[in-house]
Amino acid sequence: MLSDITIGQYFPGNSILHRLDPRTKVVLLFFYLVLIFLCKSGISYGVMTVLTAVLMLLSKVPMRMMLRSLRPLWWIILFTFVVHIFSTPGEELCKVAFLSVTAEGIVEGFYICLRLVLLILLSSLLTFTTSPLKLTDAMEALLSPGKRVGVPAHELAMMMTIALRFVPTLIQETDRIMKAQQSRGADFMTGSIMKRMQAFVPVLVPLFLSAFRRADDLAMAMEARCYRGGEGRTQMKALKITSIDYVAWGFSILLIAAVLALR
Amino acid sequence: MAWIELEHLSHCYQAGTEQEHRALDDVSLAVEEGAFVAVLGANGSGKSTLAKHLNALLLPTSGVCRINGLDTAAAADTGELWKIRQQVGMVFQNPDNQLIAAVVEDDVAFGPENLGMPPDEIRTAVREALACVNMTHYRKFAPHLLSGGQKQRVAIAGALAMKTRCLVLDEPTAMLDPQGRAEVMETVCRLHEQQGITIVLITHFMEEAALADRVIVMADGRVADDGTPREIFRKAAALKAFGLDVPLATELGLELRASGLDVPQDILTDDELTSALVTLADYPHGLTAATREGRG
Repeated sequence: MLSDITIGQYFPGNSILHRLDPRTKVVLLFFYLVLIFLCKSGISYGVMTVLTAVLMLLSKVPMRMMLRSLRPLWWIILFTFVVHIFSTPGEELCKVAFLSVTAEGIVEGFYICLRLVLLILLSSLLTFTTSPLKLTDAMEALLSPGKRVGVPAHELAMMMTIALRFVPTLIQETDRIMKAQQSRGADFMTGSIMKRMQAFVPVLVPLFLSAFRRADDLAMAMEARCYRGGEGRTQMKALKITSIDYVAWGFSILLIAAVLALR
Repeated sequence: MAWIELEHLSHCYQAGTEQEHRALDDVSLAVEEGAFVAVLGANGSGKSTLAKHLNALLLPTSGVCRINGLDTAAAADTGELWKIRQQVGMVFQNPDNQLIAAVVEDDVAFGPENLGMPPDEIRTAVREALACVNMTHYRKFAPHLLSGGQKQRVAIAGALAMKTRCLVLDEPTAMLDPQGRAEVMETVCRLHEQQGITIVLITHFMEEAALADRVIVMADGRVADDGTPREIFRKAAALKAFGLDVPLATELGLELRASGLDVPQDILTDDELTSALVTLADYPHGLTAATREGRG
């Protein structure tokens, strides 16, 4: 019942976007997101839309999967649109009750919604084409300059790795505990929300206990394998900048300059 | 000088408090390089505590523990514990709680990464280690998709990738099904024979202990007996007094002998018992006088 949970939405593949260094992807995504917020003119919005569309095609991730990531935010997008239609002052087109619809409102609403859609699509492109493990490596690499001012870059990355390793194990364990409780008459499926939440307490207690025991065992196993923190540690799969990354950077700098000029 | 040397080793948990518990009491042992030693003992006999000393996870309360000439207590003071831990690989009981990374090959690489080996060398070490335990095919798998026996073999590979020279296995098969148990024991025996890796196997299964060159029996934190499997299992009554069993074949052999059949008293495996009985059937004169009379 809980068995088919996958972490993140990574779509395995070998496209150009998949092969980009995760650090490049994270930093460029950040620049693109800022760029979208700086857009004012129709041309600059147009350029960003085309960019997103091209990247989506390059990623070779099925369009339907990508568009599905918009679904949870559909209502927010619609709400934003409606609010903008009614709240922007300008030339009045028609009146609904005491609210007036303006032409500027429709244009403004459209741009804001486009902005939201582009933000979501670009961000999900990163998670679609980068495995959680690579994202963790990128996070460690990008945060490591902060080590001098006390940012625990390695520790955070190690925590992420261990979490990714143990989430499936703990899910399996939850499943087992629930089955054990159900076989003795526990009921998780019916009753009010309060009732169902209460039924979960006897599942959580053993789950937490075993998680602590696992943590204890794991710490011992890590020590037994010479773990001494991040100092002096190497990585088998060290991140490497390749020619694709240089191309991506060169292209992005030109694009950023162009959009800033056209905005 | 022996590879592992314990001299008057004692260990107290929570020393100085009311719950003080003396888990090891004046243990002296020497294990040569390339040996295969099984450690037997009832629950609470101190065998796990002993195992953790070999890898310097625990330090002696008194006495000395030397691994390949390195004193563990001294190494802890100088921050050189990793030199001992690199040479002594540990495999624990619970296969789920000792794999760290979310992909098999990353997990095997964990030890070498901690030692600061260059990436190319790590890759080679990981490839060789996975091949040694026949897990090459699973290198890209997530640990939770593996069986218990496979997880334990990955844990062994994790130690091998550090170029470990001794494996300490703390009840590695206790949580496995019979097939997983066979896989792990086959791997351990192969590593011992082909690569000459020193094995210290802590176990509850007498059939596994019978595979070793030497058996150490622990009771109440002391070494109660020490010898070859044949010498140890011959004393079935003494073992039972320590809360231990003997292999089924040995026990059956001893019972048959007690009832007058002329079978050897140091049978270890099912095969040995079978061939002893077959010999007996082929040569009826092998029966003792008493049985022959009984038959007549």
